[in-house]
Amino acid sequence: MIPASFDYEVAESAEHAVALLAEHGDEAKLLAGGHSLIPMMRFRLATPTVLVDVGRLDDLRYINADNGTISIGALTRHSELEHSELLARSCPMMASVAALVGDPAVRHRGTLGGTLAHSDPASDLPAAVLALGGTIVARGPSGDREIAATDFFTGYFESALADDEMIVEVRVPASDAGWNYQKFNRRAQDWAIVGVAVADAGAGVSLVNMGSTPLRASAVEAAVASGASAADAAALAAEGLQPPSDLNADADYRRHLARVFTQRALNAAGVA
Amino acid sequence: MESITLAVNGTERNLEVEPRTLLVHALRDDLRLTGTNIGCDSSSCGACTVLINGQSAKSCTMFAVQADGADITTIEGVADSDGTMHPMQQAFHEHHALQCGYCTPGMVMAAISLVEEYPDLDDQGVRHGLEGNLCRCTGYQNIVNAVLAVAGSGSKGSES
Ligand SMILES: Cc1cc2nc3c(=O)[nH]c(=O)nc-3n(C[C@H](O)[C@H](O)[C@H](O)COP(=O)(O)OP(=O)(O)OC[C@H]3O[C@@H](n4cnc5c(N)ncnc54)[C@H](O)[C@@H]3O)c2cc1C
Ligand code: FES
Ligand code: FES
Repeated sequence: MIPASFDYEVAESAEHAVALLAEHGDEAKLLAGGHSLIPMMRFRLATPTVLVDVGRLDDLRYINADNGTISIGALTRHSELEHSELLARSCPMMASVAALVGDPAVRHRGTLGGTLAHSDPASDLPAAVLALGGTIVARGPSGDREIAATDFFTGYFESALADDEMIVEVRVPASDAGWNYQKFNRRAQDWAIVGVAVADAGAGVSLVNMGSTPLRASAVEAAVASGASAADAAALAAEGLQPPSDLNADADYRRHLARVFTQRALNAAGVA
Repeated sequence: MESITLAVNGTERNLEVEPRTLLVHALRDDLRLTGTNIGCDSSSCGACTVLINGQSAKSCTMFAVQADGADITTIEGVADSDGTMHPMQQAFHEHHALQCGYCTPGMVMAAISLVEEYPDLDDQGVRHGLEGNLCRCTGYQNIVNAVLAVAGSGSKGSES
């Protein structure tokens, strides 16, 4: 279908984008890679009346390392994460999770800021940022604020961003030890039915598509920290969770998958 | 309406489009480049794949205004002006990599981008790399053979 009509504004800078958002209120949306927003607009699930195109803000496409922190510009594309030598060295989970998003054409357009802002519980990179204990830098009319990834995802497709805030940067700690990402799906190019990200040998464990947001598996993390085996820790992966039921999997099957893939991810990350 | 300029297959084209016009519609309906097909409503079939600044993109999942100022290559632009097919087209021909041909323009564009982006492609690499392009006829084996032939031959040139 053809999306509903909207007014189109090109942002000259992040500040300009934020000013346009503030001016137009909740009728306006940022357009980054468009690979979540345009499909929703084509199904008329989203009908913003103003789109603010931030896709040309090339100064927000970068990956830098400084003192153990990696800073990634919000407009960095999935394919740029995937092929980044800096990430391959200093935070390989981000590169390798990015390589599993959709297909190459999706990765050429989709951005890190976009996938975080979209806050789809089934998406891959938000889970990686969450397991790594990353930070999201949001710019608003009164300046920048830092939001811990653990506080960022507030509900089904909802984030802690205000209507007039834009993600400008994402920070993750440099971390190349004991990581793994498991993505279970049945169709090529699809979102995860269940996914598990493990960072820092089990200190950070997050789950994909096991609830209304990307989730930290705190019970698993605590068990690993107290010396439990991967099998015993993984048995707690679905504890207290209400995963969705859909055509791909009912909630019980998802709980089973979470336990199985958490154990595999922990083992691959070096937890015995 | 917005005024945009697209460099399509090496020629600058000026267009007036509604912001909501999808790039694929601008290409097909305004520029009459109907080689780029539309196969779905959900960004999942890849029939509409073109190159934007040399990289594969689904032209149904972009507004034409987002491509303002970009270089766009469609299937019409990959053969030489004397009609010599692009190595990828030639490989599809030689390996019988099409039946009805509906997916083929998108498949060829995605494959041209794929061999540029990933050196050392093997069978699995091609299959993963083309997972965003659906073919309802061939069963994929001959498509994979065609792409591997180009990937292994050193003649990947994405230039027309
Ligand atoms: C065929 C297909 C397959 C896919 N498969 C997967 C998959 O396997 N795994 C997966 O994780 N994802 C998948 N995706 C989604 C893809 O990763 C999207 O690119 C991503 O979710 C959104 O990024 P974007 O830059 O395209 O955002 P857009 O679509 O431009 O924007 C998405 C939302 O975020 C807002 N936004 C964008 N940028 C910012 C910003 N900087 N600050 C604040 N708000 C912002 C927008 O206003 C909008 O509400 C797939 C998409 C498609 C089309
Ligand atoms: S028409 Fe573009 S992906 Fe199907
Ligand atoms: S040849 Fe018919 S869809 Fe691919």
